[in-house]
Amino acid sequence: MSLSFSAQNVVAGSVLLGAIGGTLGAFALLRRQSLLGDALAHAALPGVGLAFLLTLSKSPLVLLGGALVSGIVGALAVLGMARYSRIKEDAAIGIVLSVFFGFGIVLLTHIQKLPAGNQSGLDKFLFGQAAALMRKDIVLMAIVGTVVIATIALFWKELKLVTFDRGFAGSIGLPTGPLEIVLTAALVVTVVVGLQTVGVVLMIATLVTPAAAARQWTDRFGTMVVLSAGIGALAAAAGALASASVDALPTGPAIVLASSALLLVSLFLAPQRGLLRAFGRERALRRRIRAENLLKDLWLEAEREGKPGALVPVPILMGKRGSRAAELAHTARGLARRGFVARDGGDLDLTAAGRIEAERVVRKHRLWETYLAERLRLPADHLHRDAETMEHALSDETLEELDAKLGYPSHDPHGRAIPRTHAPARVPAGSGR
Amino acid sequence: MSSPAAGAQAAPPLPAIEVHDLTVAYRTQPVLWDVDLALPEGKLIAVVGPNGAGKSTLLKSVLGLVKPVAGWVRIFGEPAESRRSWVGYVPQRESVDWDFPTSALDVVTMGTYGRLGWFRRPGAKDRARALDCLHKVGIRDLAGRQISQLSGGQQQRVFLARALAQEARLYLMDEPFAGVDATTERAIVSLLKDLRAAGRTVVAVHHDLQTVPEYFDWVVLLNLRLVAAGPVETTFTPENLHGTYGGRLTLLQQAATAYLEQRPRAAAGAVERPGLGH
Repeated sequence: MSLSFSAQNVVAGSVLLGAIGGTLGAFALLRRQSLLGDALAHAALPGVGLAFLLTLSKSPLVLLGGALVSGIVGALAVLGMARYSRIKEDAAIGIVLSVFFGFGIVLLTHIQKLPAGNQSGLDKFLFGQAAALMRKDIVLMAIVGTVVIATIALFWKELKLVTFDRGFAGSIGLPTGPLEIVLTAALVVTVVVGLQTVGVVLMIATLVTPAAAARQWTDRFGTMVVLSAGIGALAAAAGALASASVDALPTGPAIVLASSALLLVSLFLAPQRGLLRAFGRERALRRRIRAENLLKDLWLEAEREGKPGALVPVPILMGKRGSRAAELAHTARGLARRGFVARDGGDLDLTAAGRIEAERVVRKHRLWETYLAERLRLPADHLHRDAETMEHALSDETLEELDAKLGYPSHDPHGRAIPRTHAPARVPAGSGR
Repeated sequence: MSSPAAGAQAAPPLPAIEVHDLTVAYRTQPVLWDVDLALPEGKLIAVVGPNGAGKSTLLKSVLGLVKPVAGWVRIFGEPAESRRSWVGYVPQRESVDWDFPTSALDVVTMGTYGRLGWFRRPGAKDRARALDCLHKVGIRDLAGRQISQLSGGQQQRVFLARALAQEARLYLMDEPFAGVDATTERAIVSLLKDLRAAGRTVVAVHHDLQTVPEYFDWVVLLNLRLVAAGPVETTFTPENLHGTYGGRLTLLQQAATAYLEQRPRAAAGAVERPGLGH
């Protein structure tokens, strides 16, 4: 598909904005200043209206100049309120955002009723209208982008340290205040430059969304900043193209939808921090608990009958924990595959390897009960439920430590033997780590 | 700013930290009040006192992170600003977001930033030094680990390693023992002893009164004002502890608040001090 000249402008402008917004958004996210960016964008609106009323000019430089001034006033109002009054920062952001935005809307409505005729373009500052971007807007964005990114590259190590640990940065003599002002100023300028494309209402999304998505994929700061810029640029390109080819789809919302889609994918699919991975881990844990419980139940049944092994019918096992037949069968199949359980028709028995596994679970349970009773002096009827959890949570290392600490007791508080047939060699007393 | 009284005491060795008449307030809340202090070089020094006694603030004033209402601080005889590279700092562990995307090695490398100066990036030599510092605190094998995946004790060791990477003469540590496991506590204690053996000075905010005589040589007892400072044997006494933790200071606290509140805001930063006698 070949793009018209104006469409090229739209895409170029949007991509530039997406990249700058993503870069600064990474810093804002990590410095917990995302909402300040939002307040800033909303606070810029009355500046646009006032600049127009004062000059009756529609030149972007004049209007953006007004936006810059009122954005800065808004940011200072937030910081000042948080610092000098009892109003907390979140409330200050809410107040400034709504007051400035409300005032801006009043001004725009008033301007719309003026006979001046050339007023109609101002509402694009609300939701953005990339289609109206001109060559000189792109040049302005490119300049701002170059300055912002060059500044960040130049002071990379210092900005990173201030973002991570302000106190330490100050202790080695870095001017933390000015460095933070540099970051905030870059944020203000970016927000103002982005107003024409995305609009005041959705500007925040071009900052925060790419950064939040990038954070999902990496644990390195540099990678996160670059990735955030890339995601911002990609979403902006997709949004701008969609907006150019679909009628009545404003650019700002289209960009926001695109970056939100990328964020959603990142939230679910990221390898370490993704939700799918977390669900998977939780499922694996539940499966392990079910397996350990089944091993233990088989072992206890054999203990009750006084034999090393016993064939136990599945319905009896189901009755022990109210398990469903399908679930139990699934667990048994898994254990059989790993060679821990032997199946004989509808009955189950432990294999030799299964007995070792089961014994470890029982040992954890009974040692923990002993620990609770002896060291925490809990009464006998308080022990079991806690031990039911701990038998799955204690590591083998902790188990041996616990055993040694308790002096290798032979019986738990209920008088049942603590199995130790397969326990590792004891650590001699006194050499304890 | 007044100059130190040169002839008052002819003590030949320069104190590691000298604090004179230090008063610090956060808005109208006084945190430190008229503190005079001279801490010797080469000692392990505990700063002890109840919550809100100004212990962290004392460290931050020495580091120049908070501006005093009155008084001055000298490090080895010079103003703190010209002695930054002599001082290593271990902030409270909770003061940073441990979910920050960075590795243990990267955090320790930040200890070399002060020496690097502006614009220069840490190189292979700096990273090697950082690895060496991780080795000294016993977690070299965790160098590549994302910092949120470290235990509390390991995070504390990362902060200590970062301070070691600063190669300082004086170390200020804000609650290095807070919330660490027994193994880490032992590791920190042996690290402190190594630092002392190398002639370094350590000033640490400490909460566990029981271990003060075991771990430290000197103690600073603080509760808004200085209660006492000196060698543990002579200073860490029941009377001094009662003076630090007892409720006797409320009157002074009220007086300090009242004084600061009735001053006009504009004067809050001025170097002017109250006429309260010592």
